[in-house]
Amino acid sequence: MAENIKIINSTQELDNMIKQNRYALVEFWAEWCAPCRMVAPVIEKVAEQYSGKINVAKVNIDEQQELAIRYGIQTIPTIIFFKEGKFASKEIGVKPLSSFARMIDSNIA
Amino acid sequence: MGEIVDIIIIGAGPAGLSAAVNAVTRGKTVRIFSNRENYLSKAERVDNHLGFYHASGRELMDKFKEHAEAMGIKIEKGMAVNILSFGESFMVNINGEISESKKIILAMGISKIKELPGEDKLLGSGVSYCATCDAMLYKNKKAVVWDQSKDAWEEANFLQSIGANVTFISNKPEPEHLSNDIKFIKGTITEIIGENTVEAVNTGNEVIKTDAVFMLRDAVAPSALIDGLELDGNFININKHMETNIPGVYAAGDITGKPLQLSKAISEGLIAAQHAALQIDKKENLNGGKY
Repeated sequence: MAENIKIINSTQELDNMIKQNRYALVEFWAEWCAPCRMVAPVIEKVAEQYSGKINVAKVNIDEQQELAIRYGIQTIPTIIFFKEGKFASKEIGVKPLSSFARMIDSNIA
Repeated sequence: MGEIVDIIIIGAGPAGLSAAVNAVTRGKTVRIFSNRENYLSKAERVDNHLGFYHASGRELMDKFKEHAEAMGIKIEKGMAVNILSFGESFMVNINGEISESKKIILAMGISKIKELPGEDKLLGSGVSYCATCDAMLYKNKKAVVWDQSKDAWEEANFLQSIGANVTFISNKPEPEHLSNDIKFIKGTITEIIGENTVEAVNTGNEVIKTDAVFMLRDAVAPSALIDGLELDGNFININKHMETNIPGVYAAGDITGKPLQLSKAISEGLIAAQHAALQIDKKENLNGGKY
């Protein structure tokens, strides 16, 4: 796991993260999810490419069910972009780096 | 995840097998996946494939498979669910197992998949193509499984076993091994209903409330398989090397458009495999043998 990706261990932790940082990208995933294993290296690239600009985190939906329910996660991976503490945009499923870059760029411009 | 292979081929009809044979001839490693019987097997007679006057589709298909097997090519059963490009390599999800390759050749045949109203809008919001991928999200929830492939009942049983409340909708008779706890409805689905998430499905006769609908087909539509793939109607756009708009992804056979003929499929498989092999060689020569 890349050093610049934060593992969220509680609802409070995610709340703090999106409140304290202007931009946050959060991946909802689980151990048993094959598409999540495909997207994991892409998210690591995103974290590397946007280091210092956005914060990146991961939420394991089996461990953080409250968060999965709160954000209505119906398929994984779901990647949500938060701007100034609020939901801004999301991407669902297996996507290449360019899709995430587009989502981020349109929100931080 | 196993070792990275040179080329993953999706589909083992004439185009896919031709690609596999030509890739192996050029010293490349391949994996080839297939999930259904090829249309060619059903053709009573094929008279326009040079050298095989009066042959049946079945005879030809058997010969193609024999040829591939004689060269050590093993056709693996499996459906491609997603393909992800990393630029120089690819990850492929085959029924939940992930494999890696340097190039991809799509040879799944003509896409007959018609999307239902509501399907695209609610994909990922209750619509799923892979029970083993998304099942855990529907523990203690209602799920409809729409039977469109011969293994759909197994995925329905899996969903039920992890705690979903499953309804199985099929045009065919109730599968013998479908779990007794699963409600069976004879029929089809005409529409998926829901604003932001799936709320119900319409069978034409009744509206069934559900949290999810699993559309278990024999193949995933090309546009859903790989993000950003350029299509022209139901067919994949290609150049003269059989390259799609996504670098490293090739397409061959009926999936690239008319004429939907055996000889064309075989030729396209050859062109795709030879070009892919050449690109791999070029890159390895530049990098001192490393890809």
